[in-house]
Amino acid sequence: MTLYEAQKGCSYCIDGLYVEPAITRRLQALGLNDGTIVNVLNRKNKGALIIQVRGTRLALGRHISSRIEIRCLDGMEKFDGQEAAQS
Amino acid sequence: MNRTKDTEKKHIRVACIGNPNCGKTTLFNALTGSRLKVANWPGVTVERVEGETSYEDTRITIVDTPGIYSLTCYTIEEKVTRLCAMDDEIDAIINVVDASSLERNLYLTLQLLELGKPIVLALNMMDVVEERGMEIDMHRLPEMLGDIPVVPVSAARRTGLDILLHAVIHHCEEGMEDFILDYPEEIEEKIQALEAMMQESYPDHSSARWHAIKLLEDDEEVKKEHPMSVVHVADKSYEKEIIQCKYAYIEKVIKEILFNKSKKAASTDRIDWLLTHPVWGIPVFLLIMCFVFFLTFTVGDALKGVFETGLDALSGGATAALRGIGVAGWLESLLVEGIIAGVGGILTFIPNIFILFLALAVLEDSGYMARVAYVMDSVMGKVGLSGKAFLPMILGFGCTVPAIMAARALETEHDRRKTMLVTPFMSCSARLPVYVLFSDMFFPDCAAAAAFSMYVVGMIIAILAALVINRLEKGKSNDSLLIELPEYKRPNGRTIRIYVWNKLKDYLTKAGTTIFIASIVIWFVLNFGFSGMVADPAESFGAGLGRLLVPLLAPAGLGMWQIGVALLSGISAKEVVVSSFAVLFGVANANSDAGMRAIVDNIHQFNPAFGPLNAYCLMLFCLLYVPCVATVATIKKESGSWSFTVKMMVFQIVLAWAVSTAVFQVGSLFVR
Repeated sequence: MTLYEAQKGCSYCIDGLYVEPAITRRLQALGLNDGTIVNVLNRKNKGALIIQVRGTRLALGRHISSRIEIRCLDGMEKFDGQEAAQS
Repeated sequence: MNRTKDTEKKHIRVACIGNPNCGKTTLFNALTGSRLKVANWPGVTVERVEGETSYEDTRITIVDTPGIYSLTCYTIEEKVTRLCAMDDEIDAIINVVDASSLERNLYLTLQLLELGKPIVLALNMMDVVEERGMEIDMHRLPEMLGDIPVVPVSAARRTGLDILLHAVIHHCEEGMEDFILDYPEEIEEKIQALEAMMQESYPDHSSARWHAIKLLEDDEEVKKEHPMSVVHVADKSYEKEIIQCKYAYIEKVIKEILFNKSKKAASTDRIDWLLTHPVWGIPVFLLIMCFVFFLTFTVGDALKGVFETGLDALSGGATAALRGIGVAGWLESLLVEGIIAGVGGILTFIPNIFILFLALAVLEDSGYMARVAYVMDSVMGKVGLSGKAFLPMILGFGCTVPAIMAARALETEHDRRKTMLVTPFMSCSARLPVYVLFSDMFFPDCAAAAAFSMYVVGMIIAILAALVINRLEKGKSNDSLLIELPEYKRPNGRTIRIYVWNKLKDYLTKAGTTIFIASIVIWFVLNFGFSGMVADPAESFGAGLGRLLVPLLAPAGLGMWQIGVALLSGISAKEVVVSSFAVLFGVANANSDAGMRAIVDNIHQFNPAFGPLNAYCLMLFCLLYVPCVATVATIKKESGSWSFTVKMMVFQIVLAWAVSTAVFQVGSLFVR
């Protein structure tokens, strides 16, 4: 599934970035890479969403979020505050 | 090291580099005593800025740079900062780091370390870290970062600054130890091969390893600057692997040095629940803006009495004094009816301007602006712009010039131009005097509402214009928003003071220069004709010029030569529209009750039919037609194209004429 389909309040693991190279580089520099854990803080029905990654909040538009492959974390452990299940 | 021996003092140059929003400019201001604008959203600093300070016997030049996440070169800001970091003139780097989001901030630190210049890590926002109950191991952190000095500072409270400067000077003398990040063997081999090639081709090079890594990342600039054939080594871009290595190392660092990662949800999340609510987000934003303008009009108007009394006294006193010493009539007229009326009239709007900028300063410093980009993303997306483009537009409520510059934060040239095109429709503070004056004169019962409606109309037209352009280009909706949302913080008194004072200073400077000169010019063209000085302005040069515009302006209900003159001179600065009415009718204080009555009476003398509808059309015209000369110059500079600039001006004039004509013609059916 893609990040665009993610649910508010859940945590996911990034599987791959399939955006244009320039945006991919930005995302990588911001710490979004394969294996990074993100937590969806807020989202609009159709459109942008706010994620928490490595202790910071990012707002992402649909164009970007629908091109980030993610998978659900097993057990869906509840995300606690900062960058929880990093290891 | 770059020391000047001619003075007895040593001299070093230091660059402040860090992520957006980590407090570089606050630190720069604290270190140098400068008063640069600071705000809590990314993209405030767009150029490098220099300041001076000294510590013991060393003179230190400090360079503030735009915030960046990485030493790549994809945006203008990154290019500016990267050039600065690599500049041979820079002896050392202060890497400003937001301690409360260390994990992300250290990525840039690792890149800077590879550059090989002396680096001091300034751990800013330690108060936030403590507040959250987190602890940082200050011994282990430098050990893991190549033994660079790590100094906790608070830029806002100005603590730790001396230790920081001491560390910079000391570290500059000692030089850097090599920091080598462990890459997997495959990559390390390639780095070393490229490094060897670099040293062979460019023996004087100081940071061969950094360049080797950049070559492996397939960095365009480095490839251009140091052309070498590297395809046999760098067979593809290893950027992803290199970034992953760096973040893997950072995760290791964080695990060793950061304790008690906070369990409690930050208060930011609770505030965000409302402010970024899927349904309430936009209404809340509109309410906040409403409140800002409500304060601007009502509180501002309440305060203006003080200025009026002062101005009346000045004008009366000047007239009496000038008559007392017996100056020529024309000089008295120039001073009292030209300069005092033109410039002084503008000064009485200072309370409104002050309140407006105070409110904008609080909004910008709180961290709300980045949320506005998120909230407005869905609306802006439909017109083919990202939510980020809305930030320059809000800045446009203050002044269009910095707003146009802020469009640099947008990723593509296309988005930048489109944003530049619509930003002038956001009512800047210079248009405020026009709105206040004409709504007070012609809409006495609902002046604030009439003035506020201009802001709404401006926003709607900006969005419609973007929509039409999007349709013409057959563009799709743009939803590639990417922006960091900072933590909310209590606005800092010093930051706000600097912000508001800078804006007021700009306003006063403009009153003393542009408006001063414009007032003299207007006085001249209105008091002189082909026969020399004329008693009746209707025979002056100005009247002749204004009459040329009458046929054009008549359909919009603005068919008076006086309005032609006012609009024409308003291109120098929008406040001048008010100044020129004041000079035209010799009104000392346009913003007082008596002054307004005098202007209305004068207007009615020429055109008895000039009513609220005409006044509204005049306000609309002022909102939409060519912004001031300063804005045009900025747009030319930022777009680098005269053809774009001229087309934009034509578009604005045509639009202003079309909208005010339409409103006047349709309105006339109902009003009369």
